[in-house]
Formats: sequence, C-alpha cells, structure tokens
Amino acid sequence: MNNLKRLLRQESVWIPIISIVIGIVIGAIVMLIGGYDPLLAYSSLVQKIFGSVYDVGETLRQIVPLILAGLAVAIAFRGGMFNIGVEGQIVMGSLGALMVGNMIDLPPIIHGIVAIIVGALFGGIWGALVAIFKVKRGLNEVISCIMLNWIALYISHITIKAFMAEAGTSRSQMIHDSASIQIQWLSDLFNGARIHWGFFIVIFILIGYYYYMNRTKWGYELRAVGYNKHAAEYAGMNVSSIAIRTFFISGAIGGLIGTFEVLGVFKYMAIAANTSGTGFDGIAVALLGMNSALGVFLSSTLFGALYYGAQGMSFGADVPPEVIKMVISIIIFFAAAPGAIRMFIKMFKRKSKREEG
Amino acid sequence: MAQPETVLELKGITKRFGEVVANEDISFALKKGEIHALLGENGAGKSTLMNIVFGLYQPTEGSIWVNGQEVLMDTPNRAIDLGIGMVHQHFKLVQPFTVTENIILGMEPKSGLRTDLKSASSKIRQLSEQYGLNVDPSAKIENISVGMQQRVEILKTLYRGADIVILDEPTAVLTPQEITELLAIMKRLASEGKSIIIITHKLKEIMEVADTCTIIRRGRVIDSVVVKDSSPRELAEKMVGREVRFKTDKSAADPKQPILSVKDLKVRGDNGQMAVDGLSFQVRAGEIVGVAGVDGNGQAELIEALTGMRRVEEGEIDLDGVNVVNKTPRVVGQSGMSHIPQDRHKHGLVLDFTVPENAILQTYYKPELTKGGLMDHNAAVSLAEKYVKSFDIRIPGLDVPVRAMSGGNQQKLIIAREIDRRPKVLIAAQPTRGLDVGAIEFVHKELIAERNNGKGVLLVSFELEEIMNVADRIIVLFNGQIVGETYPDQTNDQELGLMMAGRRQGGDSN
Repeated sequence: MNNLKRLLRQESVWIPIISIVIGIVIGAIVMLIGGYDPLLAYSSLVQKIFGSVYDVGETLRQIVPLILAGLAVAIAFRGGMFNIGVEGQIVMGSLGALMVGNMIDLPPIIHGIVAIIVGALFGGIWGALVAIFKVKRGLNEVISCIMLNWIALYISHITIKAFMAEAGTSRSQMIHDSASIQIQWLSDLFNGARIHWGFFIVIFILIGYYYYMNRTKWGYELRAVGYNKHAAEYAGMNVSSIAIRTFFISGAIGGLIGTFEVLGVFKYMAIAANTSGTGFDGIAVALLGMNSALGVFLSSTLFGALYYGAQGMSFGADVPPEVIKMVISIIIFFAAAPGAIRMFIKMFKRKSKREEG
Repeated sequence: MAQPETVLELKGITKRFGEVVANEDISFALKKGEIHALLGENGAGKSTLMNIVFGLYQPTEGSIWVNGQEVLMDTPNRAIDLGIGMVHQHFKLVQPFTVTENIILGMEPKSGLRTDLKSASSKIRQLSEQYGLNVDPSAKIENISVGMQQRVEILKTLYRGADIVILDEPTAVLTPQEITELLAIMKRLASEGKSIIIITHKLKEIMEVADTCTIIRRGRVIDSVVVKDSSPRELAEKMVGREVRFKTDKSAADPKQPILSVKDLKVRGDNGQMAVDGLSFQVRAGEIVGVAGVDGNGQAELIEALTGMRRVEEGEIDLDGVNVVNKTPRVVGQSGMSHIPQDRHKHGLVLDFTVPENAILQTYYKPELTKGGLMDHNAAVSLAEKYVKSFDIRIPGLDVPVRAMSGGNQQKLIIAREIDRRPKVLIAAQPTRGLDVGAIEFVHKELIAERNNGKGVLLVSFELEEIMNVADRIIVLFNGQIVGETYPDQTNDQELGLMMAGRRQGGDSN
C-alpha cells in the first residue's frame, strides 16, 4: 500500500496519466465545437474495442506492432540515441521474412522460425548500419535513419518486382503456408481475428527488455553511455561498439514488426508508395511510456485500443477517426513537454494554498 | 557619519523541503555599500537562502524586507524590480550573441518595431566605464574569456538596475589573475554604493574583500563577524564546527623504485597543436609528485594520455614494467592505474546513476559483480555500503541518483572507488576543486595515506597551496614542457609562480 502511494507520487507516473486525461478532454471539447456528441463518440469507441471477441482479438493485433516499435525506439533512447529509422527496419524485416517464406521450401514450424530469425537479422543489420555510420564517420543518426527508410522501401520494391511479383497486382506473391505463424485454432476462437505466435514472442521480448536493461552488464553499459558518454569512456567501456550493439537490437526488434505482419497477418508484402508509419508511432509510445518495459506496454495498449476503437467512433457517432489522431497527438504533446503539466500543477497548488490561507 | 542604512533584511527564514530543513530561522542584514560574505560548507544551505532572496524559492516561514519594506518575493522578476541581481555560478549567456544582445535579452529597448541596439550599447559602455568593468559591448560571448563573461553577467544585473548584487561562488571558474580583478571590481561596486553578497567557501577571498561575514552551518546562522576583526582560522572553525589544520600533517616520504616512467611524451590537444611536448618524468612508489602550472599548459592532455583517453603521438609510458602507450582506459586501469578525474560530473560519475551503480563503474564487469552477463545487485549495494561507511559519505539514501549529493560527497565516492581498485599509481587531477575546507582536508589525508601504502601518486593541481602542502616533489608545467623540478621545502610561492609563468628554473638569483 505504501509502495503504491510512493509510486503514485512519482512524476513518471502522474505525468502520463494527466496527459491522457487532458488529451481526452480536449478531444471532447473539439467534438462539441464540431457539433458531435463526445459521450456517444467515446462510448462507441469503447464498444468497438470490446464489442465482440473478434474486435478484442483485432485490438490485440493492433497493439503488438506498437509494443515492438515502442521498445525499438526506447532502447535507442536509453542509449542516448534516436532511432527514427524503425520504419526502414520494419520494411527490411518484412522483406527478409517474405524472401524466406516465399522463395525457400522448408518443413512447417522450422520454416516459420527461420523466417522470423532472418527477418529480425535483416532489421538488425539495417539498424546497425545507422550506428556504424555514426561512430565511424560521425553521421547524425536522424539523417541516416530517414535516408535509410526510403532506401529500404525501394529495395523492397525492386526485390519484389524482380523475384516475387504477383502478376496484375501491386503486391508480392503469398508466403508458403508452411511459413505462416498464424495460430488457426486461436484465430477461430476469436472469430477470425488474426492471432499469431508473435503475440507470445512479444511478451518474451518485453520481459527480456526489462532484464536486459536493468539486470545485465550490457544494459548497464547501455544506460551509462546514454546518461554520460564521457564517464562511460572513462570507465573503460567501448562506446562505439555499445552504440552498434544497441542499434542492432533496436533494428532487430523493428524487423520483427514487419516479420510478424508478413508471416502472421497479411502473408504478402504490398508495393506501397510509403512506409506504414508504425515506426513513427513507436516514438510516441516510447515517449509516453518513458522508455520502460511496463510504460511501453501500457502506452501501446492505449494507443492500439484508441486506433482500433476510432473506427467504431466514426461508425457509431459519425465522428471522423482523425479526432483520435488529434487526441493522441495532444497526449504526446503533454507527455513530451512535462513542463507544461508541472506549471498547471504549480498553479493549482498555489491556488488551493491561497484558498486555505 | 550616520550608520549606513540596511537595504536587505531576512527575518527568521526557514525553508523545508518535505522533511529536510535547508534553512532554519535565518536572520541576516545587508547594509548599503557593504560586501557581505556568506560562508558555509557545501550543502550548508547558502544557495537555498540566496534562491529565496532571488524569488526562486518561497520560504516556509519568515519574511524578507527590502529598504525597510516587507516584500513578497514570489518570482525572480519581482526581485529584479526591487533592485536585486544574481550572478549564478553557471552563466546564463547565449554564446553566439554579442555582449549587448545578451544583456538586453528579455527586455529589448524598442524604437518602432526595431530593437534599439545603439542606445543599449552606449548605456552598457557607460556602465562598464563607471564600474571599471572594461567590457566591449560588441564582442561575442564565445570569443571572450570566462572572467569577461562573468563581468557581462554582473553588467547585466547593473543594467537592470540592481543595487544589490548576489554572486554565487564567483571565483570557482576563474584563474588567479581573474580572481584578483574580480575582487577589485567588487570593491569598486561597493564604493559606488552597491551592496554585494558573495557566496563562497574560500577564506582567502573573504579576508581580502568582505566587510562582514555570516557563517552558515547545517542551515543555521552560526555567527556574523566583522572580517577585519577576525582570522581565517576563526572563520574556518566556525564553518566546519571543529578545529581545522591548514597544514596537512605528513611524515617524510620514503620513495622506492620508479613505478611510472614517462619518456619524451608528445600528445596533441583538441586544436591539433602539440599540447604535451616532449615530457619526461618519473613517479616513484611511495611518493607524491605534484604537477604545478596554470590551467591549459598541457595538464589535461597529459592525464588523458596517461589514462588511455587520448592518443599518444610519440614517447613511452611505462607503468611498473608494462608499456601502456595507446592502450584503452580499461587496459590501463587493469595494469594498475587509478584516476580521480578533474571533472567529476563529466567523467567521474554518471550523475543519474545511484550510489551502487556509480560504485561499480570501473569494475562492473568483474566476476564478483557480474556472472554470465547478469549483474549481482546485492554485491553492488554492499560495495556501496562499504564505501559509504569507510569514507563517511553522507547521502540521503543509496537509491538516489548521485546528482542529489553534495560535491564533497560525490568526490569521496570517486576516491573510495579509485582507491579500492588497489592501483600502483593514483592520478589525482584537481581532486579538491569546489570542495570545502573539511572535504579538502579529507582528500589530502587519503592521498598521503595512499603514498604511505607505497603507491605512486601524481597530483595535478592549479592551486599552489595544495601542491606545496601535499606533494613530496614538484614539477612545473609550462606550454606542455617541464620548466622546473623542485621540492616543497626548497622553494616558495614566488619562485613557483615565476616558473608557472614560463621562466626556467635557475634563471635568476639562487
């Protein structure tokens, strides 16, 4: 009980909570101004999420990539770096998984495992490139990340068109059934929601992230570099190799997003004009979750549910789903600018003090 | 002549942070035209008190009176309106801006839509002349020295109409010459009717410049004394609450075999110039070698090269028979070198790490602390507890970031960690920078104890007093070269001062 009280007094707990409340309230105000009924909108949002087992399953499916994207960004943040290249790592992961799934024949289960490993490796190498450019040539990671995002996208286009094009469509051929990681009986249980092994792997990765960060030597080194590079160097750590290692892990987690989407959800890869945007959502997730395993889990659950529920909002209350994007943006704004919230709290405290006296 | 009026008075100020009492029932009076020193150890509550005066904190109890009127000091802007200016220890200046632009920032004089730089600039020039500050209003901050930047901060308070100027540890960042100039400026300001509060723990400066000195210990006022009727010893004892020894007790050194040999060492500085230019010297086991010199004569580069943090261009470094030239810091450390770095915030500690996490910074990978990649949290905690106990480190708790500890306690933690590595050679760079009398005494004792244990100690310091007190042998560095070697009992401040200015040994008399 005391522990809970202490926890609630911590800024890292109440700043996200207040941000969420402010976001939802401002969303409601905007809906009112626009002539919509915010209560109906939010209740249909909630109804959409819990409306049927299918919806619950699909909400979970929405959450899985967000958790991974959040962790990928968070691990780089903890190391004092900014991975804005998760987008490209997702594409490379998808491509790796697709190539194994489509071009190679292997027995079931093994095929899926190999495809997952290759997908993660593709993403990891794509991530490591960013850190290598940074430590060897001093290239700012934000610039290389954004460039590599586009390079990855076009590599995927070329590869698909050259080897796996599905005639008459703008997508690749399907992966072989042996490479699918969808769990049929669970999907059936959830009325066809696309449930796959990635759900369980994600739980392991979340726990692994916590242990890596807080219990292992490598996590200690990563945090030391992130907090104070000079002190890490003084302590004899190899700052360059730690940066490369961190970006490799970050990229591998990003690669898994694409891997799971290809092997467990869509079974093919589209030749899209743009990347999915999940990697950018990961930045928001990591920010709100303050780069901790639990925080990332909670914030991705919130965002995933909001995204999925937004469809119900437009259906049930005729509110454009963009409103939810705005709500999320407001939450992120306040979570990323905690100074604004501290100011509110200070004003509030002073006011109540004055009323007392 | 009538008694000068009281311009600022604090009555019964108490400030609590939760359960911690930072200031307790402090009363304090500043007279017009007076230089009033606020003396106390790190963490005694001086800065908290001044932040209350400047409107950054609200007192829990007590009142503030300015020019005989009780005031509610709720924001720094209120303090500025009342004619109070504060120069912080870390300057708040925009580097690429000019002096004028920095001074008017936030209250730009307007002529129509444009900022009237011309009138501001001439007003600044006039103020600068009036108080002998000698500041060029059109110079860019990034191009002027630290001492000059500090004068810009002082000028900023004057420009905003300050009659009371608070200086927070103003000499910590200055060279000896700049300190002399600053003290002269303070006297000039006082003679022009400004009142000055100087927060410091340097007794010498107080004796030189202050009229009155208020001593604070553990949040309470111990005494307010007239400086000219007091002595450094009296002030120091009131500050730490017990007797202090200015001369460090130590037995004669008993140097054994050379344990660190440096030969013809050449190291480049950040600008590409040869910062260490052909250095040769030895440190023997059981000896403290003091490296004297003015900051910027190659000390930083020498230490970084010795500890593996900077590339050696040419030369040899022999650490008890092992060649450590261009080895990584880890390898150099494992070969028997410990290093108390000059900048404890930049290198010595990860400020956001807890005490145990910092205690294991150099050894976290060793089998006693990590097995198969998994760290043993309990081992780290018991190591930290050992350091805390044996070095009397005062901390709010093991699990708080070391950022929350005072400078002296942070330094104790570093020293505990570095000595515990059982080095053959201990490099101590400015080990007492920013520490108070009590902590300095402690650090010096530890260095001497290491020497008595048969370690070689290399002490790099810009404070002549420290070198003279602690070192067994002194080498003087100028422009990356050794210009003299001597012993504390065979030299004096004047001779060392001349060598530090570049005159080679034996150039005159003697």
